[in-house]
Amino acid sequence: METPVNVNQFRPVAKDIQMAQTIARPSTTYWQDARRRLKKNPLAMIGLFVIIIMVLGAIIGPFFCKYNYSDQDYDNRLASPSKEHWFGTDNLGRDLFVRVLYGARISLAIGFFASLINLTIGVLYGSISGYFGGRVDNVMMRIVDVIYTVPLTMVVILLMVLFQPGLKNILIALGLVYWIGMARIVRGQVLAIKEQEYVLAARMVGANKWRIMLKHLIPNSMGPIIVSATLNIPQAIFQEAFLSFIGLGVAAPMASWGVLADEGAQAIQSYPHLLFFPAAAICITMLAFNFLGDGLRDALDPRMRR
Amino acid sequence: MARYLLRRFISMILAIWVVATLTFFIMKALPGGPFAREKALPPSILANIEERYHLNDPLLTQYADYMVRLVKWDLGPSFKQKGRDVNEIITDHFPVSAQLGLSAVFLSLLIGIPAGIISALRQNKWQDQLAMFLSVIGVSVPSFVMATLLMYVFALKLGWLPAAMWGELKHMVLPTISLAGFPMAFVARLTRSSMLEVLQQDYIRTAKSKGLSQRVIIYRHALKNSLIPVITYLGPLVAGILTGSFVVEKIFAIPGLGRYFVQSINNRDYTVIMGITFFDSLLLVGLNFLVDLAYTLVDPRIRLMDGRK
Repeated sequence: METPVNVNQFRPVAKDIQMAQTIARPSTTYWQDARRRLKKNPLAMIGLFVIIIMVLGAIIGPFFCKYNYSDQDYDNRLASPSKEHWFGTDNLGRDLFVRVLYGARISLAIGFFASLINLTIGVLYGSISGYFGGRVDNVMMRIVDVIYTVPLTMVVILLMVLFQPGLKNILIALGLVYWIGMARIVRGQVLAIKEQEYVLAARMVGANKWRIMLKHLIPNSMGPIIVSATLNIPQAIFQEAFLSFIGLGVAAPMASWGVLADEGAQAIQSYPHLLFFPAAAICITMLAFNFLGDGLRDALDPRMRR
Repeated sequence: MARYLLRRFISMILAIWVVATLTFFIMKALPGGPFAREKALPPSILANIEERYHLNDPLLTQYADYMVRLVKWDLGPSFKQKGRDVNEIITDHFPVSAQLGLSAVFLSLLIGIPAGIISALRQNKWQDQLAMFLSVIGVSVPSFVMATLLMYVFALKLGWLPAAMWGELKHMVLPTISLAGFPMAFVARLTRSSMLEVLQQDYIRTAKSKGLSQRVIIYRHALKNSLIPVITYLGPLVAGILTGSFVVEKIFAIPGLGRYFVQSINNRDYTVIMGITFFDSLLLVGLNFLVDLAYTLVDPRIRLMDGRK
């Protein structure tokens, strides 16, 4: 059954060519969009703020302190927090606040550089595997499968037993081992991006493989790479603290947070402040990076949004 | 499915081989040895000893011997303790760690999964916010911090529970909670997000439109699928609890394999370090394979993957 339609009830919309051409809103790039989304996320901004404070404190903080990390105040050994020593002192009379600040240098440096090494290896490995595809990809991914199956914490422990504890060695061990996740993410991205038309266009105008990889594939996978690198930083700090705790950490005198916490844990019964402050520093940093990482994921990778 | 499992199995064997090879070469690369003394032995005696223990054989022969011994499950003697074999150390101390680890696994699932379900069902209500707040803290506090704080508060200050020792149920409470903290929080987050995703699916809408009750929809239809990611997390969970046991056993002075491992690192008892590393890796890789197996059995999408190809 058809309803009769009265044509007179309709009239054509005036074709305003001018209107159709104007863009209602300024176009935003991916990065502007991401920045806007990140700014709307209060937890992520708090995380970012805390990280900036931590980094500044670690870099310039020690210059404004009365004490050095090795200065000893013999009259105030194992003192509780006071105006003189904000976080108290340890068994050698060293100021814990200053030691936590110096610890921030070590722990944050480990976090950043281990993550940077992971990023470099992971991005190169993943993009080569994804871009070349075929047999190369197959072999490279089988290798990744096997490494993924190996319990990596045990490998890090083995490497540290071999290398002997120290800042550089921890960086090498963590950097060499934890790039697998990054490689997988980058490969997935590259596999998807390399099928896009602009890559075809680039190939057509004669860009070589490396140019395409470095100028198109990697920059366009940057979102997930940054998210993963941000979440790798607290993992590395965590790992370093763990290694310090089982006796494979950065050696004295300039101790990392993990070493400080380990020393504190041994004196927990009588001097809980020795554990409390380094532990709080670790936890706050972990929280900040996790918040920022989650926020970045929401901002940079809209598909992963919950 | 068979092909997928075969691939995982080959990965597993290769991974074990990689760890075995690493332990062998690291042992060889480490300075000193069982016969290194402060006062050097006369070269002729040293030569005899090396002859006796095949230390002069070509590296490859030694490597092959080592592999054969591993296959026969002979991890060699301790460097530092007279008359102790690594095998014996493992049989003596592993049961304690296993008991602690299993109870931590159960605790984290027992609390993590319901907490995740409740948060998903009460999304953005106070229950959700509370659970997610607690879980962020759980994920951010390292287990050694958790363990020492729990010990400080409940054992040293309040005196409710013992701070060390092992054997009775009360000794297990604090170590189990400190080990389970991180996985519990992670499981809760995982369950929540996968539950939220499953609740968006078409088949849930179908179930709703059939007029099924909320209870039936959630427990019969949604829960099963939303637990699949939790199963995949079981592998990393066990790995985390195992490494966590190193620090927790050290803090609570529990006579498990973890504490023994940390002690042998501090004593530089290299054969024990390598032996326990190998044992733990074997355990983890094996468990991971079992998890993969369970995962393929539970998720028909994976079971059917080969058929589609």
